[in-house]
Formats: sequence, C-alpha cells, structure tokens
Amino acid sequence: MSDMKKTCLYDAHVQLGATMVPFGGFEMPLQYSNIIDEHRAVREACGVFDVSHMGEVFVEGNDAERFVQYIFTNDISGAEVGKIFYGMMLHENGGTVDDLLVYKMGDMKFLLVVNAANIDKDYAWIEKQAASFDVETRNESPCWGQLAIQGPEAEDVTTKVLGLPCKELEFYTFNEMDSDGEHLIVSRTGYTGEDGFEIYGTPKYIVAAWEKLMASGHAKPCGLGCRDTLRFEVGLPLYGDELTDEITPLEAGLGMFVKLDKGDFIGRDALLKQKEEGLKRKIVGIELEGRAIPRHGYEVLKDDVVVGTVTTGYNSISTGKSVCMALVDINAAALDTPIAVRIHKKVQPGIVTKKRFYKKSYKK
Amino acid sequence: MAKVIEGLYYSESHEFVRIEGEFGFVGITDYAQNQLGNVVYVDMPEVDDEVTAGEEFGAVESVKAASDLISPVSGTVVEVNEALEDEPELINKDAFENWVMKVKLSDPSEVESLMDAASYEKTCE
Repeated sequence: MSDMKKTCLYDAHVQLGATMVPFGGFEMPLQYSNIIDEHRAVREACGVFDVSHMGEVFVEGNDAERFVQYIFTNDISGAEVGKIFYGMMLHENGGTVDDLLVYKMGDMKFLLVVNAANIDKDYAWIEKQAASFDVETRNESPCWGQLAIQGPEAEDVTTKVLGLPCKELEFYTFNEMDSDGEHLIVSRTGYTGEDGFEIYGTPKYIVAAWEKLMASGHAKPCGLGCRDTLRFEVGLPLYGDELTDEITPLEAGLGMFVKLDKGDFIGRDALLKQKEEGLKRKIVGIELEGRAIPRHGYEVLKDDVVVGTVTTGYNSISTGKSVCMALVDINAAALDTPIAVRIHKKVQPGIVTKKRFYKKSYKK
Repeated sequence: MAKVIEGLYYSESHEFVRIEGEFGFVGITDYAQNQLGNVVYVDMPEVDDEVTAGEEFGAVESVKAASDLISPVSGTVVEVNEALEDEPELINKDAFENWVMKVKLSDPSEVESLMDAASYEKTCE
C-alpha cells in the first residue's frame, strides 16, 4: 500500500488499532472495533468518522454561479450564502462524472465536495469545462481535513466537546467559524441517515478535534465499513456502485436532484431524451426472503432470466433482513415484482421494494 | 491470541475437523472467526450432499465479505448445524463448538494430510 495517500488522522487510526484498507487511493480505517457496534453507535448515540479523504474544489470568480449551474444538475440560482446542494456532474451522454455537495460560500465563491476516488478525474474535468468561463478553480483537497460527527447525540457532542455553535444550523446549511484560532466550515450534513455535522478544517485542527472527541468518550470512532452499511440502509447512493460513468441520475432514482427546467447544463439533453423515451433500466431495492447476502455484482433474475446486477447489498444491521440495491431492466423494476438473486450457487427469492430499508432521522 | 484445540485436525484454509468414529464435524477455527469479524450468515450444504476434500462446500459471511468454506474431508453430509441459520453469530462466540456440518467420512485416512494443533498454531502466528 506504499502508493496510498494518508489522511492527517492516519497515525490516530493505527494507534486505535483500526483495520486499514485501501479506499479511493487512501489508506482508510475499515473498522476500529467491529462494524455492527460502530453502526449501532451512529443509529443510537454518536459516531465520528475521518472523512478527510473527500475532495475540496473551490470555484471563484465573476462567472462562478453560471459555471456551477452549467456543470451541476441541481439548481443553485438565487440561493443564499450558507446553503448546500446535493447533485451530480454529468457527461454529455448523461452518465455520472461524480455526485457531490455544492456549498455556496459567497455570491462569487462555491465549494464543491467530491468523492476521494474521483478527485483527480473531477478536477481535470472541471478545469476543462472552466476554460470558457471567468472563474478560477482550485483543488484544495490536501489542505483540508474533515470529520463527520453523526447520530442522535451529534449536536450535543459537537456543541459540548468541540465547543462549536451548531444548534441553529439547519439541515443542508453551513457556517464558517473560527475556533482555537482556526478557520472552519461546519455543516449539518452527513452520509448516514442520522442527524449530524461535517467539520472542515486544517489538518492541525482536525487532529486536535479528533483527540478531544476520543478523550470525551462520547463519540465512537467509526470506519468506512459502517459508513457504507449506514448510507446503504437509507438508500443513499455510493459512486462506483449506484452511480458510475455509465449510470445516469434518472436511472439511479435521483431525479429530484436534477432540475431539467433550470436552463442548460452538461448532460441535460441526454437526460431529456432519456426521460422522453422512458428509462430502460433503474436502480431498485430488493428484499430477500432468507438471510443469504446479496453482494455487489451478483446476478438478479426474473423468471430465471438475468435482468440485472446487485449494486450494494447487506444483511441490514438495523432490520436483520437481507436486502440490496440493484440495477435492473425496467420490466423488472415495478414495486412488488417477484425477483431473485443468485447467491453462490443458489437462487434466492425476493421482491422489489423501495430503496429505503430504514427510515432517515434528519433534523429539519 | 486465537484458541487452538488439541486433538482436532486443521486445514491451511482455517477449517477444522473433529473426528468421532466414522464421522467428522467440520467448522471454522477461532483464528478464522476472529479474522472475519461479525459472522452474519453461513451458507451451509444440505444433508446428503457429497463433499470432497479441498473443495468448497459453503460460505461464511461477515458484514463486508463472503469467504468460501473448503472441506478438509470427503464424504456425505449427514447433518448441518441448524442453530447457525438463526444465530450465525454463535461462530464468533465459540467457533469450535459451533461446527457447520457433520460428514460421514468416505476416506478416514485423509485427515493424515491435515495439520495437528501444534502445526496449525504456527501458521496462525
């Protein structure tokens, strides 16, 4: 793993005895204790994740808003400073370059938070699109550390342990603030289906904040293992599974983050066409009758014919059911369609369900 | 430190077999369960299935990954540990007690090519 990047918290993870794995070009903690305990800590109390691997790209200049509108599927026009939007950047053919958060930092300044594995691809793509706009783009990813504090007790922990005023923050908004002489961005966002905050700061601040959280005993260190089981249970997509260069946001069921009527953006024509012609395939939820676990890449069958593949699957830690998301032909995508997954050598029966296997508990 | 029990036979892929007369009880070792983490599903063979030494007979799955089970012995499955259907986590509690299948051995001499406790312990270091 010698070519792997390390986050500012690498030493802290090793010290805690984390199992380290490669993810998105980084050496990241998969788990500290075990995935089930960490998952439950986030659902029931509070967990903290090192998400310093995420990418931070700043877009600034006279054309900043017009530019972001052109490369991003959601509609940021007229938004107030402090607002955050979720959406995608698309190829001309509608396939997804990445899914990301856009932070409106100022009337002419935006922060794009992108997936670790896509930082280089995204930045090259963004730079290329920016050529004909009056904007400056900066990939500041290595300069920022990031923590995600998640769970029903996240507000208490963030306020009391880190002393960050965040009670007034609404869902999908952020504040810039100073703490211990450090400049921070604090947002009410996350990737777990629970209330929580994401804190962006210098590596120095992030390491100190992590130490405070560990010393407090009120935030359980959580690895990428449960980050995936948590996001999956509430039907959130992971780039590489439910979204790829070949999968459009309409196929992924993310149409609510695509504003086709906002004006031109890259990929819009392809999506309009796809909408007009009707989807040929779609990401659905599947619940199996037994406990066998459907995993990424397994075949999905309807009437013994292969109709798709599993994108993510688990035995849900919160519900105990074996469930998955899968990309299937449209003729197999209707709710309650009897459908099956080939697991090892056996065909396991199930039905098509909604993608949300567990209820989100956001504080809105 | 992973537990190793005297008197059992062990495979390189971390299965054990406990011999009782003409039968063998096959499961995964304590070291294997510890490496896997929380076991959430065991894909077991069916009674009357034929199993062959060195070949896959099922899988044991943690939250993140499936790991094939390789039979250390050949024979016919006469019983599977049904308790694991509802409580796969029993393997984490005591891997040696919670065997996966009971096999009527077709060639009891096969165990001679497996490791004893002392040799297996060395491979886990």
